[in-house]
Amino acid sequence: MIHVSVRAEDFDVGGEYRRLCADAPGAGAVITFSGLVRDYYDPGAGERVRELRLEHYPGMTEKSIREIISRAESRWNLLAARVIHRVGALRPGDRIVFAGVAAHHRGEAFAAADFIMDYLKSEAPFWKKQFTESGGEWIATRHSDAESLERWRETAD
Amino acid sequence: MLQIHYFASVREAMGREREQIDSPPDVTSVAELIRHLRSRDSAFARMFAEHETLLAAVNQTVAGNEQVIADGDEIAFFPPMSGG
Repeated sequence: MIHVSVRAEDFDVGGEYRRLCADAPGAGAVITFSGLVRDYYDPGAGERVRELRLEHYPGMTEKSIREIISRAESRWNLLAARVIHRVGALRPGDRIVFAGVAAHHRGEAFAAADFIMDYLKSEAPFWKKQFTESGGEWIATRHSDAESLERWRETAD
Repeated sequence: MLQIHYFASVREAMGREREQIDSPPDVTSVAELIRHLRSRDSAFARMFAEHETLLAAVNQTVAGNEQVIADGDEIAFFPPMSGG
């Protein structure tokens, strides 16, 4: 069972966990990840983030997330997966993304959740604009995110 | 007709979110569409020059320069994605 939601509203991690469990009777491992808006995107660069605005490509976004989950399903035996991604104006500390995976064993659940998050960062059509005291700036893909993806390519079948 | 969508920094540089254009007869690929828009539209030419990496999607799937496009397609231009 796959559930994908792209929306402005916040989510409740406990509620999402319970839905994931309900969708996956017999699961032995449930991994949930939640990502929050950082107050410094680049520590050392100085300025505190006041707001993060997320834009997306309606239609393509949901389709891309489903494709990423399908790829994870072809690598690991998953019983259920849920991804929620928020869009619009967010502030530091706000929840921005939820990824939950249920599987028989923890190894595949951890790996699949990690895989889904890595691909969400670079293959789902979201764009972040960060606002500080000095104005707004579009956030480019991080080098470390690109390296994270490489790891899955090396282990691809 | 082609439906063209712009997102994020590309949308800002273009000053619009989307537009519809008549399918130019000589345009059959993403690369040819980019060439056409660069020569026809100064905002597109400027945006193209400002973006080191410009991505395209055809009918909501990321597409390379050689991807064939046809009348009725939805084409989007945007910078590298930054979700998560």
